[in-house]
Amino acid sequence: MYQYDKYDQQMVDTRVAEFRDQVERRLAGELTEDQFKPLRLMNGLYLQLHAYMLRVAIPYGTLNSKQMRMLGHIARKYDRDYGHFTTRQNIQYNWIKLEDAPDILADLASVEMHAIQTSGNCIRNISSDQYAGAAADEIADPRPWAEILRQWSSFHPEFSYLPRKFKIAVIASDEDRAAMRLHDIGIQLVHKDGELGAKFYVGGGMGRTPMIAPEIRDFVPADELISYAEACLRVYNRYGRRDNKYKARIKILVHELGKEEYTRQVEEEFAHMKTLGLNPPVEELARIAEYFADPAFDINASDDLDLSDPDFNLWVDQNTVAHKQPGYAIATISLKPKSGIPGDASSAQIDLMADLAEQYSFDEMRVTHSQNIVLPHVKKSDLYALWQKLDEAGLAPANLDLITDSIACPGLDYCSLANARSIPLAQKISERFADLGRQRELGELKLKISGCINACGHHHAGHIGILGVDRKGTENYQLLLGGSAAEDTSLAKITGPGFDEDGVIDAIETVTDLYLKERQEDERFIDTYRRVGMAAFKEAIYG
Amino acid sequence: MVEAIRFRDDDVHEEPAVSLDAFLDQSNATAVRIEAGEDARLLLPLLDRLALIEVDFPVFGDGRGYSAAQILREAGYKGELRASGDVLVDQIAYMRRCGFDAFAPDAPIDARVMDKALELYEEVYQSTTDSRAPIWKRRHG
Repeated sequence: MYQYDKYDQQMVDTRVAEFRDQVERRLAGELTEDQFKPLRLMNGLYLQLHAYMLRVAIPYGTLNSKQMRMLGHIARKYDRDYGHFTTRQNIQYNWIKLEDAPDILADLASVEMHAIQTSGNCIRNISSDQYAGAAADEIADPRPWAEILRQWSSFHPEFSYLPRKFKIAVIASDEDRAAMRLHDIGIQLVHKDGELGAKFYVGGGMGRTPMIAPEIRDFVPADELISYAEACLRVYNRYGRRDNKYKARIKILVHELGKEEYTRQVEEEFAHMKTLGLNPPVEELARIAEYFADPAFDINASDDLDLSDPDFNLWVDQNTVAHKQPGYAIATISLKPKSGIPGDASSAQIDLMADLAEQYSFDEMRVTHSQNIVLPHVKKSDLYALWQKLDEAGLAPANLDLITDSIACPGLDYCSLANARSIPLAQKISERFADLGRQRELGELKLKISGCINACGHHHAGHIGILGVDRKGTENYQLLLGGSAAEDTSLAKITGPGFDEDGVIDAIETVTDLYLKERQEDERFIDTYRRVGMAAFKEAIYG
Repeated sequence: MVEAIRFRDDDVHEEPAVSLDAFLDQSNATAVRIEAGEDARLLLPLLDRLALIEVDFPVFGDGRGYSAAQILREAGYKGELRASGDVLVDQIAYMRRCGFDAFAPDAPIDARVMDKALELYEEVYQSTTDSRAPIWKRRHG
């Protein structure tokens, strides 16, 4: 894992001091709320329905047990004893007092963490593949590249007042586990003539107008990464729309200019940028990469696994995936228990996950965009002991990628933008589909729920998506089918008129029943939907 | 509280700034004002003539002026680069990093708060037109 040097530490410490001063000026009335708002937003502090919400950055979703314990400490001391892991691999706290925020940032800085640029119209936390450094299918570890981008984007003076927020994801395998093409910039590491570089996709996003990012350059060398990213950002900063916040994301600019014209402008700017000395030398990438070297794997670790305990067998089958190192597995801790709130964890659970990471996973954890926690390096011979401890703490639902492993936004329970509640719906769905045998029969099924058209719950990218709307003062839920955030990226389509809460769950049963009837061989729900088409599903729902 | 801020040793340029259109139409003006949506690159062939470029910020959240300033400095402009309009104390440090060396804020600024903000960060992560050495350069010499 990356470790701060004196420079990185000094930057976050300075930020704490700066924000402490800004909060004092706000509390003293020297700053108006309008003037304070962009400052607090760049420190991750939102004003929600009931209280301030603080979003803490977890760069590319990677953290160690000391950091995780600090997240638990913050939940206990400053919040209501829980935190919420988000779709951008961050954590947020929903009940924060403004006057506590500087102390929380100081606590975070003590474990090399921060809340810098977790909101505001700036470059947000860089996200990545939760299996980075462990996945059997990656061509390199994407995190050193993400860390280069983290440092470059932190306090970037030219790009801190963009037309709108800006999200970057970096992956390094063909399987996309980070919704890469639904980001403002999606980067995939690729080889070209034996050299490692970056393929750039620009202009993806969800929100009101979902778009899949087109590829705009097939290869950017490592020592030109920053100048190319600067070129992409500068064209956007100058020409992105500022007249309407709903048309201000870069996806609209790329769409309105056309991919070719946007690319032409970026290339022109890039030719200029290349001459300015903006790129760290390759030695800097090498310096950072050393921190991400493999842990000391036991090369004699065995692949043998005693699966005689049937519940353990189910968990292994569903929640672990292949590791690049023989004798090891990547294990996902599901934060989607029956009747739970997707992504929520209590301080006790947070502490336990930290302990287990320390004991079984070389002190490392990852947060996934599906709001779960990954232990990336678990020896197979430790899996049973790990599972038993998770199970005792209610952290062993064997439902990774199944229908109850849903993504849900905070919705009307917390969010001032929401039109409908998301959490109670996710809870009811988890109850209706609680039977694990039934879930496994349905197979991989990505269910994603947003409480309004801003799409924080990724409903556009759900195999099944649900969009909460306000219909004449009552909550109404539209059903969408056919989205995907993976390498087969697609956008879901609305089936038809919406439903009330129970009605939409009935409709989900109708479409899953149809899938079971229609599926051929080992088709997933999404495969059957794509083959059969919307009409048959519509017919089944609406008659 | 201060209303005009300048980080230059030369004399204040007395000629009032004209609009970009007017500047491009007349050959003798030496000061120009560009609005947020205007293309700073139109000035690049004419930088030798200019002693003052004023870049307007209609609202502090409109960040186009930061790119305009960088573009002008990257092209070698050495004259006064003045940010005007909704310029607030908490944005001045970033504006300095993008090459602004004078400020004409709509509302007066507390010089004490500004000085503190400008001295706060000893190091920077990026290379910009202010020529400060980024952290990666400190690490690798």
